[in-house]
Amino acid sequence: MTVLVSAQPRAWLDGVNPVTKLVLALLLSVPLFASIDVVSGLVAIALQLLCLPLTGLRLSTLARRILPLAVFAPLAGLSMLLYAEPAGHVYWSFGFATISDDSISLAIAVSLRVIALGLPTILLFGGTDPTELADALAQVAKLPSRFVLGILAGTRMLGLFLDDWRTMGLARRARGVGDTGAIRRFFSMAFVLLVFAVRRGTKLALAMEARGFGSDIPRTWARTSRLHGRDAVALLGGGTIMALALAAAVWAGTFRFVWS
Amino acid sequence: MSTSTRTPEVIAQTAPSRWRWRVVDIVVAAVLGVAIGLVFWGWNVVGGAWFGAADAVTPGLGGIAVGIWLIGGVVGGLVIRKPGAAFVVEVVAAIVSMLIGNVWGVSTILSGMVQGFGAEIIFALFFYRRFGIVVAALAGAGAGIAAWVFELFYGSSPNILKSVEFNSIYLVSVIVSGIVLAGIVGWLLVRALAATGALNRFAAGRELVREV
Amino acid sequence: MSAAFPARVQATGWGWRYAGRKRPATSDVSFTIEPGERVLLLGASGAGKSTLLAGLAGVLGDADEGERTGSLLVDGAAPESQRGRTGLVMQDPESGIVLSKVGDDVAFGCENLGVPASEIPSRVAQAMDAVGLDVPLQRPTKALSGGQKQRLVLAGVLAMQPGLLLLDEPTANLDPDGVAEVRASVERAVDATGATLVVVEHRTAVWEDLMTRVIVLAADGGLLADGPPSRVFAEHGRTLADAGVWVPGLDIDLPHLPAASSDAARVLAASGLAIARDPRAIVQSGLDVHVPRGSATVVTGPNGVGKSTLALTLAGLIPEHTGVIESAEALRGKRGLRPIQWTSRELLTRIGTVFQEPEHQFLTQTLRDELAVGPKALGWTASRTAAVVDALLERLHLAHLALANPFTLSGGQKRRLSVATVLAASPAVIVLDEPTFGQDRRGWIELVALLQEEIATGTSVIAVTHDEGVVQHLGGHRIALAAQVVHA
Repeated sequence: MTVLVSAQPRAWLDGVNPVTKLVLALLLSVPLFASIDVVSGLVAIALQLLCLPLTGLRLSTLARRILPLAVFAPLAGLSMLLYAEPAGHVYWSFGFATISDDSISLAIAVSLRVIALGLPTILLFGGTDPTELADALAQVAKLPSRFVLGILAGTRMLGLFLDDWRTMGLARRARGVGDTGAIRRFFSMAFVLLVFAVRRGTKLALAMEARGFGSDIPRTWARTSRLHGRDAVALLGGGTIMALALAAAVWAGTFRFVWS
Repeated sequence: MSTSTRTPEVIAQTAPSRWRWRVVDIVVAAVLGVAIGLVFWGWNVVGGAWFGAADAVTPGLGGIAVGIWLIGGVVGGLVIRKPGAAFVVEVVAAIVSMLIGNVWGVSTILSGMVQGFGAEIIFALFFYRRFGIVVAALAGAGAGIAAWVFELFYGSSPNILKSVEFNSIYLVSVIVSGIVLAGIVGWLLVRALAATGALNRFAAGRELVREV
Repeated sequence: MSAAFPARVQATGWGWRYAGRKRPATSDVSFTIEPGERVLLLGASGAGKSTLLAGLAGVLGDADEGERTGSLLVDGAAPESQRGRTGLVMQDPESGIVLSKVGDDVAFGCENLGVPASEIPSRVAQAMDAVGLDVPLQRPTKALSGGQKQRLVLAGVLAMQPGLLLLDEPTANLDPDGVAEVRASVERAVDATGATLVVVEHRTAVWEDLMTRVIVLAADGGLLADGPPSRVFAEHGRTLADAGVWVPGLDIDLPHLPAASSDAARVLAASGLAIARDPRAIVQSGLDVHVPRGSATVVTGPNGVGKSTLALTLAGLIPEHTGVIESAEALRGKRGLRPIQWTSRELLTRIGTVFQEPEHQFLTQTLRDELAVGPKALGWTASRTAAVVDALLERLHLAHLALANPFTLSGGQKRRLSVATVLAASPAVIVLDEPTFGQDRRGWIELVALLQEEIATGTSVIAVTHDEGVVQHLGGHRIALAAQVVHA
C-alpha cells in the first residue's frame, strides 16, 4: 500500500517516470543541435504539438507558456540575421553587421529552433510533482539520496518567499523609504530574503538530521518509483520524432550540419 | 534499528574529511540555489530584455548582462567551500529559473552545468583553500569563459556561425561581466550575509564574526 | 501505539563551545534523567538550553563545529549514534517540515531509519492518531495552520518511536489555540508511549502540571536548581522571574490602564469599512472603527479574522477596500486626511508601524544606522539625528549594541529595536502587530512598560494581540473582531 493515491484523472504522460521525462527532454533537444535549418525545426514542432493530448495540458495553458518563447524567438533570429558569417548575396552592410542570403535563412531557422527547443520543457514538466521527481532521481537514476532529498527540502522554501516579499514592501513604506529608490529597495529586500532563506535552510537541516537524515543507515522508500513499459514507449516515441525531423531535413535537402 | 555503541570519545575525535558535504551544506546549497534562481528569473525580465536587445543589435555587447547568471557558482563556492559546491548551486539556480519559466528551455540546465563547472575549476585550482575577492573574480571570469565556449556550439543560435568580431567582443564583455557582476558582487554578497550571522555554521560566517 | 522503551539520559560535566565563539554555550552540566521522567528545562536566555537539547539529539556537529567537554549519554551511548531514539521538535514549524504532503512528511523519519516500507503506513497512521491530527495524508503541508504544522512535526518525530522526546520552545510561534492543541497532543503522546520528555519553555503555566521535574541552567555554567516543580518555583521563583521565566503565581508589577472614555477625541476613524489584502478576498466588512487619542486601542479576535489586516489598513499601508479612513485634522497631509494617500515620509511622523517579524523592517548593517533611517529620510541634521539616536539607545537598553548588526540580536532585542526605530520620528500614532509574541517575561514587561510610557505622553497606540495580559494592562478601547462570512 502506497501512501500516495492521486484523485485526479491522470494524463498518459503522468504515468511516465520523471527520470524518463528528463531523458526525453534531452532526447528532444540535443539531436536538433546537429542541424540548423527550417525543416527539421518545423517538423519537430509539429510532431510535438500532435502529442499535446498525451500531456494533459490545456491549449490555453500551452499558449500562455509559449508566449515568452514566441516573443524571444525573433530576437534571437535578429542577432543571427545581422552577425552571421556572410555568404551568398549581400543585401546590406553597416559596421560589423552584414545581412546576406545565408544570414537570412539562418535567422529563420534559429527562430524556429528556439521554439523547438523550448517546447519539450513546457510539454513535459507542466505538472510534475517535485517530490515525485526527487523519488525518481534517487531510486531510478540512483543519484545519492542525501543530495536529492536535501535539495528537494531546500526548494520547498520557495513558497514562503512571496509572503515575506509583500510584507517587506509594506514595511519599507512604513519606514519612510517607500517613495523613492525602487532599485535600491529591490536589492535590499532581495538581500533580506537571502538571509531568511539561509537561516531557514540551516534550521531545516538540523530538523532533518534529528530525524535520522544523512546517516549511514540504508534508506527505505515509502513511495516507490519504478520504470514500466510506458517509459520505453515514451522514449521510442521521442526518438522517432527526432529521427523524422532530421530525416525530413535530409529529404528536403536543407540539412545543414552546424559546424560546416 | 541497530545502535552501534561506539564510545563518546571516539565520536568526538573522529574528524571527518574536510571535503565531505554535511546535511546543512546540502540544504543551504539548495536554498541558495533557489533564491539565486529567483534572482535569475527576475533578472531575466530586466537583463533578458537588455541581453536580447543588445545581443540582437550590437556585435557582442549583450555579454555585459550575462554576469548575474554566473553568480550562483561564485556564491556557492564561497559559502559551502567544498568540491562541487559551485556546480550544484549554479545548476539548482538554473533549474529553478527554467521551471518558473524562461525562454531557453532545457539548454538552461546545460548552460548552468557548464557555467558552474567553469567556476568550479577555479576553486579547484586553488585546492578549495582560497576564497578571497581575487579568487571570486577569477571564478566569475571562469564561469563566463565557460559560458562563451558553450554558446559557440550549443543553444538555439550557436555563435560559431557568427563573425569573429562578434565573438571576440562577446568574449571580452562576458569576462568583464563575470568578474564584476558575479565575482565581486558575489563576494560582497557573501560578506554581507556573514555579517548577519546567518552563516555561523560555515567557515565563511565564522571568519567574520565579531564578538560584540 | 507500540512503545519503544523510554530512554535514560546521563550528563557528566558536559559543556559545548561553538567554533568561533570565545565563551562556551554551556559548561559543567551534570544530571541524570530516569526513563519516563518529564523534565522542564529552564534558564535565562543564553544559558544554553537549546544547545543542550541539540546535544541530546546528537545534531551539534563534529569537531569542526565546536569543542566538547565531559560526556552526554543517551541509554549509555553517544547521542550521535542514537538518531531515531531521540526526537527533536523546534520552535519554527516551517523549518521543521521537510516534504510538501502531510503523509510524506510523517513518513520521512521512518524512511531514514530504514523501517521496511510495509510497516511505514501503519506507523504514520499511529503517529497521526497519537497527536490527534485528523487531516488527509494528501493535504499539502503549507495549507495547515500553525498549531497543525507543529503537531505534524510532532507526528513525524513520533513515527520514529523515540524513547526521548525533546521539545525546544514548541509553542513560541503559536497563537493561544495552537498552544492548547500542541500541549494536548504532547500529553496524549507521552501518556501513550511513556517516553522520556524534556521541554524548554518559558511559558511554564501551560506545562507545569505535566512535568515531574524542573532543571534550571545557570547562565555562567552548571545548574541553578534541580527538583520537583513546586519546590524549584518556591525556592527560586524570583530569580527565575528576573531571568525571564513566566513563573506561575508571580504577578506583573505594572498598572492596569483605564478604559478610554467614549467621548475622547479621535485620531483615526472609519465607518462602513471593508478590508482585504487581496481585493478578491475581503476579510471584514461593514466595520465602524475609531481610534481614541492618547490611549490604547486593542484589536482582538480569533486567528485569521483580519486583525493584522485591519491594523495595517489603519496604518495607511494597505488600501481600504470599501470605505475611507480619515485622520484627525492635526494629521492632515498634502493630499488630505486619508493615511493611504500620505507619502512614505509623511507617514513617518504621523503613524509608525511595528511589524510582527522585526526583521522585515531592517535596512542597515548597524543599530545606529538603523535608528537613523527615519531621521535621515526626514532630512534632519546630523547632530539632531545623533542626539535622538543616542537617547533612544539609552532608553531601550541597546547602547552597548550600537554597532552590532541588527540580524544578530536576540528576539527581545530585535523587538525593542524595531519599536525604537518607530519612536525616532515621534509619530502621533503607533501601530503594533502582536508585540509580545514569543517574548519572555522580562521582554514582555519592558515592552508593556514602554507602551504605557508612550500613552502617558499622549501617543495613541494600536495593538493587535492575542495576549489577555496586554489587553488588561493597556486598557483603552477594544475592537473585538469576529469571523464573518463575507459575500464579495
